[in-house]
Amino acid sequence: MAERTIAYRVRGPLDELTRARIRELTREPEAVFWVFVFPIVLAAILGLAFRSQPPEALPVAVVTGPHADARRAALSSGSDLEVSVLSEREAAQALARGRVVLVVSAGDTPSYAYDPTQPESRAARLAVDAALQRSAGRADAFTAGRDEVTEPGARYVDFLVPGLLGMNLMGTGMWGIGFSLVVARNGNLLKRLVAAPVRRSHLLGAQLTSRLIFLIPEAGALLLFAYFALGVPLRGSLLLLIGISLLGALAFSGLGLLTAARPRTIEGVSGIMNLVMVPMWIFSGIFFSTERFPASMQPFVQALPLTALNDALRGVMLEGTGLVPLLPEIALLAAWGAVSFVLALKIFRWQ
Amino acid sequence: MTTGENTQAPAPTSALSCKGLVKRYGDVAAVSGLDLAVRYGECFGLLGPNGAGKTTAVEIFEGLRVPDAGEVEVLGGRWRGDGVALRARLGIQLQETKFPDKLRVSEVVTLFRSFYPRGLAVEDVLSLVGLEEKAGAHVRTLSGGQKQRLSLGCALVGDPELLFLDEPTTGLDPQSRRQTWEIVEGLKTRGRTVLLTTHYMEEAARLCDRVAVVDHGKVIALGTPRELIASLGAEHVVEFAVGDGASATIEDSILRALPSVEDVARDGGSWRLTVREVHRAVPALLTALAEQGAEPTALSTHHATLEDVFMTLTGRRLRDG
Repeated sequence: MAERTIAYRVRGPLDELTRARIRELTREPEAVFWVFVFPIVLAAILGLAFRSQPPEALPVAVVTGPHADARRAALSSGSDLEVSVLSEREAAQALARGRVVLVVSAGDTPSYAYDPTQPESRAARLAVDAALQRSAGRADAFTAGRDEVTEPGARYVDFLVPGLLGMNLMGTGMWGIGFSLVVARNGNLLKRLVAAPVRRSHLLGAQLTSRLIFLIPEAGALLLFAYFALGVPLRGSLLLLIGISLLGALAFSGLGLLTAARPRTIEGVSGIMNLVMVPMWIFSGIFFSTERFPASMQPFVQALPLTALNDALRGVMLEGTGLVPLLPEIALLAAWGAVSFVLALKIFRWQ
Repeated sequence: MTTGENTQAPAPTSALSCKGLVKRYGDVAAVSGLDLAVRYGECFGLLGPNGAGKTTAVEIFEGLRVPDAGEVEVLGGRWRGDGVALRARLGIQLQETKFPDKLRVSEVVTLFRSFYPRGLAVEDVLSLVGLEEKAGAHVRTLSGGQKQRLSLGCALVGDPELLFLDEPTTGLDPQSRRQTWEIVEGLKTRGRTVLLTTHYMEEAARLCDRVAVVDHGKVIALGTPRELIASLGAEHVVEFAVGDGASATIEDSILRALPSVEDVARDGGSWRLTVREVHRAVPALLTALAEQGAEPTALSTHHATLEDVFMTLTGRRLRDG
């Protein structure tokens, strides 16, 4: 075998530790999928499912009888209603099952059967009543002008993308830091590193540095996809968006460090991770607005770091909010990050 | 307790010394009053069964654990803070370290090299531990012996003045074990100080200039392997067993009176005799057994080893713990 000596280049400890961490992650196909591919796939699928569709006609039924044909003709004149003529029994059944949202009775003076708690039923009642009155001879006092607006930024996918970005920053921040630390502790690697002449600040600093380096492709891929493929707007400052993402990544790295400060096993840290993350998946407005929760729960909901991150991201992206109005969210995130970081260092188990 | 008796301070020739070391875990004392002095340039072995407190002691020396009482001096220094300056002069191999699976061998060594202000070139370390061929391989693909040698390489990368090896060959196949021994012997010839723990007496006998036999967290014997074996008073061991019916009739006093026998130890139906000369003791033994009407069911002799030293001192075997 040919003798060949390769000279290996050795960089500084922080540099080498960071590189090692990045290599570990990029060589883990599962990690690459969850960090980079999953959020894009999720955004694409949800964007598809909740895409803006042309307004659908409201299904209504007319009960068979002497007036049925005339009424059907009157209701079918516009495009807002989809009319079927059914027997009384069929009509009642269709209404009960939601196939139609309103039933017009057979009597000389029509009556409407509908569910007033459903917006579609109420809309159908207005449209049906107007059409029947008009065909009975009522004249419109005036014809209002129409200005139809479907704005990007008001769609579900626009709401969703900042939430997914926040969720991803939380997930990778916590798992990325927590998992690798516990694996290293469990396999005695952490102890071996402590036994080497390396500063502990470098060991943790490399975790944070690699985390922030990963943020660039991770958040970048999702945002570029959302911007170009889904048309999600960025109304505020890009710099502020980057700054908030950075702060979010750091805050959740601190929380990840805290979760991983003591456990010796993957099972242990997984339990704590889920305990911390599941409430935020539910309460922090990833998939739906936090305003849906009752007022009594709002103090809890608003105190969660992911709520603050999601609100700030949505503010910048969708509403073009500037730095100053977002200061409360930014302060809350920074506080979460700082407190968990300090606490983690205090209780950290190095062996 | 810390006394600070400077008159009894270790000689400056000690690379490592400890005095009155105590470490308890709950009610159990893992280390109970350990005194040691390792000289510069020697290979010093802590020999003892599993659970004797060897690892706890070594981790105190390495500054990874804090003793409940006692003093430790390593290369003339004491553990304070994270001890980065002192650590730069030490090489440490833990009993088991799981390096990241997805890193390459050369990357792991490079990483550890980056921690040391001075040391060996990465390529030299790889050749020292015989892993040049595996430089580009992922850690995951290494055999147990190769992983152990990688761990040894990471301990050597700073060209340490003092090297700690905790059970360096436990669980290795004979070939990997011999490779590790050769690496340690190479270090000895380069004048490095090595402290190793082991429960393999062959390993202690082959590598160590001096051995401390440790049991229940204390040193129960100390010396060169040759001295320790000589302390038995005889160089050979004869082991024999007799059938169940006959064992009751054999008195230890009869065996003790046999020519050249120094010591007698009984374990149920089997005996261990420490003898000076096998050729005199064995015929006399067989005659004596025949007189008692006892037929030996097993008989073997060997040169006395450190294992016999341990058994004589504790009545137990090293491997049994």
